[in-house]
Amino acid sequence: MKRWRARPDELLFRAGTGVFALLLIVLVAGIGVELYRQSRLSIHEFGWKFWQTDVWDPVSGEFGARPFIWGTLYSSVLALVLAAPIAIGIAIFLSELSPLWLRRPLVFLTELLAAIPSIVYGLWGIFVLVPWIRSLEVATPPWMKTIPLFTGPPIGVGMLSAAIILAIMVIPFTSSVAREVLKAVPQAQREGAYALGATRWEAIRMALFYARTGIIGAVMLGFGRALGETMAVTMVIGNTPRISLSLFAPQYTMAAVLANEFAEAGDDLYLHALVEIGFVLFIITLIVNIGSRVFIWSLGRQPRSARVADAAAATAA
Amino acid sequence: MKGYLTIAAAVLAGATLAADGIQINGAGATFPNPIYQKWFSEYNKLHPDVRINYQSVGSGAGIRQITNRTVFFGATDGPMTNDQLLAAPGKILHFPTVLGAVVPVYNIPGVSSDLKFSGTVLANIFLGTITKWNDPAITQLNPGVTLPGTDITVVHRAEGSGTTYIWVDYLSKVSPEFRKRVGVATSVQWPVGVGGQRNEGVAGLVSQTPGSLGYVELIYALQNKISYGQVRNMNGKFVRASAESVTAAADAAAAKMPADFRVSITNAPGDAVYPVASFTWLLLFENAPDKKQAKTMVEFMKWALADGQKYCVDLGYAPLPKPVVDMELKALQQIKTQ
Repeated sequence: MKRWRARPDELLFRAGTGVFALLLIVLVAGIGVELYRQSRLSIHEFGWKFWQTDVWDPVSGEFGARPFIWGTLYSSVLALVLAAPIAIGIAIFLSELSPLWLRRPLVFLTELLAAIPSIVYGLWGIFVLVPWIRSLEVATPPWMKTIPLFTGPPIGVGMLSAAIILAIMVIPFTSSVAREVLKAVPQAQREGAYALGATRWEAIRMALFYARTGIIGAVMLGFGRALGETMAVTMVIGNTPRISLSLFAPQYTMAAVLANEFAEAGDDLYLHALVEIGFVLFIITLIVNIGSRVFIWSLGRQPRSARVADAAAATAA
Repeated sequence: MKGYLTIAAAVLAGATLAADGIQINGAGATFPNPIYQKWFSEYNKLHPDVRINYQSVGSGAGIRQITNRTVFFGATDGPMTNDQLLAAPGKILHFPTVLGAVVPVYNIPGVSSDLKFSGTVLANIFLGTITKWNDPAITQLNPGVTLPGTDITVVHRAEGSGTTYIWVDYLSKVSPEFRKRVGVATSVQWPVGVGGQRNEGVAGLVSQTPGSLGYVELIYALQNKISYGQVRNMNGKFVRASAESVTAAADAAAAKMPADFRVSITNAPGDAVYPVASFTWLLLFENAPDKKQAKTMVEFMKWALADGQKYCVDLGYAPLPKPVVDMELKALQQIKTQ
């Protein structure tokens, strides 16, 4: 019998990759520390008020991030609502239903969407999407205008344009990952379902259920991307720091205000307030990622009997 | 971070130059970027050993970079504040290089003639107190023009910008309420309107949106063929922005020019003056550590103030008036070159 023993080069390999992994942790911690350090003036000046106030006035030196936090979360959630069903639909079609000859070009096309630079999306947004949204807003009947979701003058730029652009940008990411996840569902599972007399639809639902943690992960990946997207959003969202439920109202996001105001920020407090926006974005992204991890983890930890019951319910329903 | 990049870029570029070549780096305002690039490339043709790099990173970043000495010269659209000057490691001098104008651009279907605006009307529109195109305050200034009763969609710059600085500086001068509620800075808290990205974005939004009113640099209104209005000056005359009417504004200011050139020329007196105009400044240390670069920069400035001015009009800027150039040539002597 050969005795297994760590050879020096293996040890080196282990140490090397370990250092790389550690570097990642140091990097994230470093970003956090540096963001804090560069925003401490504003943190000391405003404290929690920074998260709660709506005034963003560089002239009088008053800064509150709430409209930006709202804009970022609202636009990303809307994008998620628009993108998730479409992306999952694409993934299901590609992995379960599509004829082989169509699969390759479709996969290629969705991946191509992911490769388009965001400034190109932004330009397309300004010249194609925004005029289209504007005519939609003009055509909105007056009774609809009384619903808080559709109030405001027809400008075109605003939350709806931003959410649609974001959704288009997020779809390829979510659908690619969801497709990979669905591909990883063992063939035996499907065959098992068919053997039990499941229809095609039921077999797909079974596969979806099997892959649910991965699909939720794919959706959260898209959400993370939407939170941080800057260029395309700032070009179509209207850049107005005002909290509104209305899809037609121009609003603002954290990433957009950073990109827009950083270069011209003269005094220290202003600069620190802008970096604090970055810090807030960092924290929110962290919370979202940890939250989705915990959610996925809790799905995976359900008692076995419950999972079996769920699965049975899913196939039976 | 940007500073390191600048240094890295300088080192890389420097390595490719001959040993006797001289390399100068600057950064700052985006508004004069087209003419600065033109100047630096023309000057390089005349003096192949001199290479001046300019990064248009924004006025605020330009001030930060010269204060940290990561670049040799800075450039800004709004003069440095006293606090900023005190924070610098040495005395920084301002030199006006060219003039620019900001014009109100609008898009009203069916109205083709030049609209006339007064400062107060513009201020009230941007404050949100005038909301309709047929508001008596506007129609009064434009007899014979039928204006629709539609909402005015205000479009402003989303990002911090020298153009915004000039615009709000003017509006604050003519409207005490605007000064109180908004104030003067490169980015402000707008009571109404939507933000467009850069001049192109504002021009684009205005030309797309019926009933909109925005402000852009003159050249963008000309290039995009958007209607822009006349503005009533201090003497009560309605003036269209042009190289002549902008230079006239600087001429009017020359008489009262402070020694450090930090002066706002918006709302200047004079019949032919276009009131929404401004200098843009180049920033130099009076006593820079590198005397060779200082000497080269002074030589360059002398050329820019004389021969360089002829490139202004084609690029949409107005040339400096003679008295200002003379004052600057004198001020350049303060820079220690040995």
